[in-house]
Amino acid sequence: MTPDIWVMITGILAASALGLIGSFLVLRQNGMLGDAISHAVLPGLVLAFLITSSRNVVPMVIGAGLFGLLTAYLTELLSQTRRVYSDAAMGIVFTLLFAVGVIMVALFAEQVDLDQECVLYGEIAYTPWNTFVVGGTNLGPRAVWILGSVLLANLGFILLFYKQLKISSFDPQMAVAVGISEKKWHYLLMTMVSLTVVSAFESVGAILVVAMLIIPGATAYLLTSRLHTMLLLSVGIGIICAVGGFMGASYFDASIAGFMAVVGGIVFALVFAGTLIAKRIHQTRYTSERQHIAETISG
Amino acid sequence: MEPVAPIEVHDLTVAYRRKPVLWNIDFSLPEGKLIGLVGPNGAGKSTLIKAIMGLMPLLSGYVKIYGEPLDTMRHKIGYVPQRESVDWDFPINALDVVTMGRYGRLGLFGRPSKDDKAIAMECLRKVGMQDFAHRQISQLSGGQQQRVFLARALTQDASVYLMDEPFAGVDAATEKAIVDLLKELKEHRKTVLVVHHDLHTVNEYFDWVMLLNMRLVKFGPTDQIFTNDNLRLTYGGKLLLLAEAAEKVARQL
Amino acid sequence: MDWWDLTVRFFSLADANVRWVVFGSILLGGAAGGLGCFAYLQKRSLMGDALAHAALPGVGLAFLVVGRKDFLALLLGASITGWLGALAINYIVRESKIKLDAALGIVLTVFFGLGIVILTYIQKSGSGSQSGLDKFLFGQAAAMGRNDVVILGIVALTMLAVVALGFSKFKLISFDPGFGRSLGMQVGLLQFVLTTMIVFAVTIGLQAVGVVLMAAMLITPAAAARQWTDKLQRMVMLASLFGILSGLFGAYISFLAPRFPTGPWMVIVVTAVFVLSVLFAPQRGVISFIRQHYANRRRMTREHVLKVLFKAGQDSRQWKTYYPVDQIKRMWSFTQHELNAALAGLQKQGMMEKSGGMYRLSDDGITEGARVTRLHRLWEVYLSRYLELPEDHVHRDAEDMEHIITPEMEARLEELLEHPEYDPHRQEIPYIGKRSQA
Repeated sequence: MTPDIWVMITGILAASALGLIGSFLVLRQNGMLGDAISHAVLPGLVLAFLITSSRNVVPMVIGAGLFGLLTAYLTELLSQTRRVYSDAAMGIVFTLLFAVGVIMVALFAEQVDLDQECVLYGEIAYTPWNTFVVGGTNLGPRAVWILGSVLLANLGFILLFYKQLKISSFDPQMAVAVGISEKKWHYLLMTMVSLTVVSAFESVGAILVVAMLIIPGATAYLLTSRLHTMLLLSVGIGIICAVGGFMGASYFDASIAGFMAVVGGIVFALVFAGTLIAKRIHQTRYTSERQHIAETISG
Repeated sequence: MEPVAPIEVHDLTVAYRRKPVLWNIDFSLPEGKLIGLVGPNGAGKSTLIKAIMGLMPLLSGYVKIYGEPLDTMRHKIGYVPQRESVDWDFPINALDVVTMGRYGRLGLFGRPSKDDKAIAMECLRKVGMQDFAHRQISQLSGGQQQRVFLARALTQDASVYLMDEPFAGVDAATEKAIVDLLKELKEHRKTVLVVHHDLHTVNEYFDWVMLLNMRLVKFGPTDQIFTNDNLRLTYGGKLLLLAEAAEKVARQL
Repeated sequence: MDWWDLTVRFFSLADANVRWVVFGSILLGGAAGGLGCFAYLQKRSLMGDALAHAALPGVGLAFLVVGRKDFLALLLGASITGWLGALAINYIVRESKIKLDAALGIVLTVFFGLGIVILTYIQKSGSGSQSGLDKFLFGQAAAMGRNDVVILGIVALTMLAVVALGFSKFKLISFDPGFGRSLGMQVGLLQFVLTTMIVFAVTIGLQAVGVVLMAAMLITPAAAARQWTDKLQRMVMLASLFGILSGLFGAYISFLAPRFPTGPWMVIVVTAVFVLSVLFAPQRGVISFIRQHYANRRRMTREHVLKVLFKAGQDSRQWKTYYPVDQIKRMWSFTQHELNAALAGLQKQGMMEKSGGMYRLSDDGITEGARVTRLHRLWEVYLSRYLELPEDHVHRDAEDMEHIITPEMEARLEELLEHPEYDPHRQEIPYIGKRSQA
């Protein structure tokens, strides 16, 4: 297979996994969590580098994962003191961790082969050459394996625990009332989000992670009134963003991750405009009908 | 043997954001009665319901359901939360919401079966909402949303129902539907505790009444308890000291 | 050069480069800190994060149009797209069921993605002099020159003037836009002005501290200032001050160790200020809260000691008997430690007299013990009379209340209950020290 196909597959897998789990963040009104986590993991990445002095994926994911959970935990802790609003608490925590990360990068510049730009832009274009080799056999790009497993894990998680995720996102009190612990499912979901964000982040970069976590879910949210349809649509929209973004980026010879986010924006804008127009038409028809009735009555 | 009360609350004290909202509440609900829970704003009516449901940490005291701790008896209680407590834009239809009442019986991996759906549909019919089963919930009126919540509680097939302001801001049709439903529940010997605001209808709707103002003021059969004197006591200035004291405690403890 | 010489050189501002960096950091720290308060109070703290990202395509587009790195042009471009981002966020939230968090996320990623596309395009089209555009991503305060700082200063002072002029109106729409609307205020217009200023605050900071850390300069100083005051005016001034301090010390640290960029150190300094504020602010601070909690507990123990000794005196009619510590301990569930502390404290206050390791109440102690007992019993009467609580229930409640009833509440209680003689347990309510005063 050509490298281009692998890049596209990587994009599709990342967008699907992120779109699925991100739909729940959109519904829980916690959409900025992905942004916070993907910035806050920088110190974790640097530490993993320093300790193993390699770009080995396992320590990177562990380091980043720990800092991802640390972000969620510190934010929770800070807002529980009830001394700051929860959105501000998240902002304070992730910017601090990012600042620490930037300083660590500057401090260990010689040892750490990691620049902030690659963290943000991602290196999705290089994924085909970073292959997974077992016993001398080349099994294809590592990112495809990682993201494929994460996608399967997310699918399994959502399929198995659909009802718990649904009720605790819609009505946490009712969840507790029927014996489904809202807290437990909240933290399980957060763990899945961290895992997904961190593993996607390693291969496609922060900007694409945050974009695909929110845009497909939010767009699907506008299109449907059923949760399972929303989840399916979010995957479809994610795939459109990945393919469209890749083609656009090749055409303009620009950042692939950036272009995928832009295509996401275009798709969202089209859908949003569509809903607005539909609403307008509906309203006009309604008013003209009323006028008609009024005229009939008075006439 | 004395019959076991559907709900027994003993020495219950609950604080919300460190401010005690309920103090030393003690009562046992009589079986098979419709009970109105009445009191001024901030008296802790919703808090009491939530405390019984285990949705709020207790500072002291306990709640027993038919003499057993709540965790083993959740299936005995049906719950109708306040309508404002959820986001009605959630992508879900009325039937989905109602089916949630069955989730407690499905175990970790179970999915709602055809039977569960049929029960949900039947409960929607009981509240006159069968035609709206596949409507997205944001397209329902306030009263219809309230009826969906009631239907959901019915699917829990419980012995005791706790309802948090079901009559708040509903249309006349919904009010009548709720009243009919309450009567039907009573016929089936269910015990229902309803947070209620409209003092004019208390006599008409409820057999028993609980007057609450941070403490349990009075509790008993409506004809004996729901008197002008008791209402004046519950709503009047004599109990202002209670609220003031709670403020002070919040600042000090 | 040693550390001290460097410090002197830095703070004397003798070095022209240092001067501009310091002025620049201070200006943007102060401006962002002050404006951040309004966003904080509207629970839109993460708006700054989204707008900072939304400014990036403007930087790239301005470069494409002007063809060189002109600070003013880039600033203008950044402001325009940042402002479009703000518009988009407000529009999405108003016209769809999408909530603020997702709207922020959409605008942030789409605009930023576009910015990256444009920057990579510039890079690959090889317009040579583009180097330095990426400084807008991560910031480089050291690159600030005189002209930049002059522009920064003008923007910051304009914003200061606007905030000062419309302060009361901005205050109202931050706390209660509905009420503002009912007063006939143009809430939409005011919100628009406020958003525009936040856009400017973000864009002037981009070059110095970068996209992500600029968000911190809007949030963290405001959250820190909130700990110290309930007044918006003071909060804005304090947040500005915290922003200025972090600008100064961020610049100082990166002057001492030039490898360290200024922006991240500003964020670390201001977060440190925030943590200290949460811990040590009077009243809202965690430490003062804990101290007050323990002070209250000690006072309650002292009041319990007075009460049990008063009861012993009342029961035996022997006011002059000394009691050994062990016996006092048995009168209540005191721990040895807290009892010792309470006895020592009471002795110091002159409420307790000590003789041979034994204690008794002084006259003041008797009066005070009577007061606590009286409050306890009055409350019991109150509960049992109006709530008809059984005797065994009123005691527990009164145990808490005896410590918190103010003289004013006491007077109302007494009047309401018509100065009862006995509590529900048929114990006499002592008016010692009360009637003699009256």
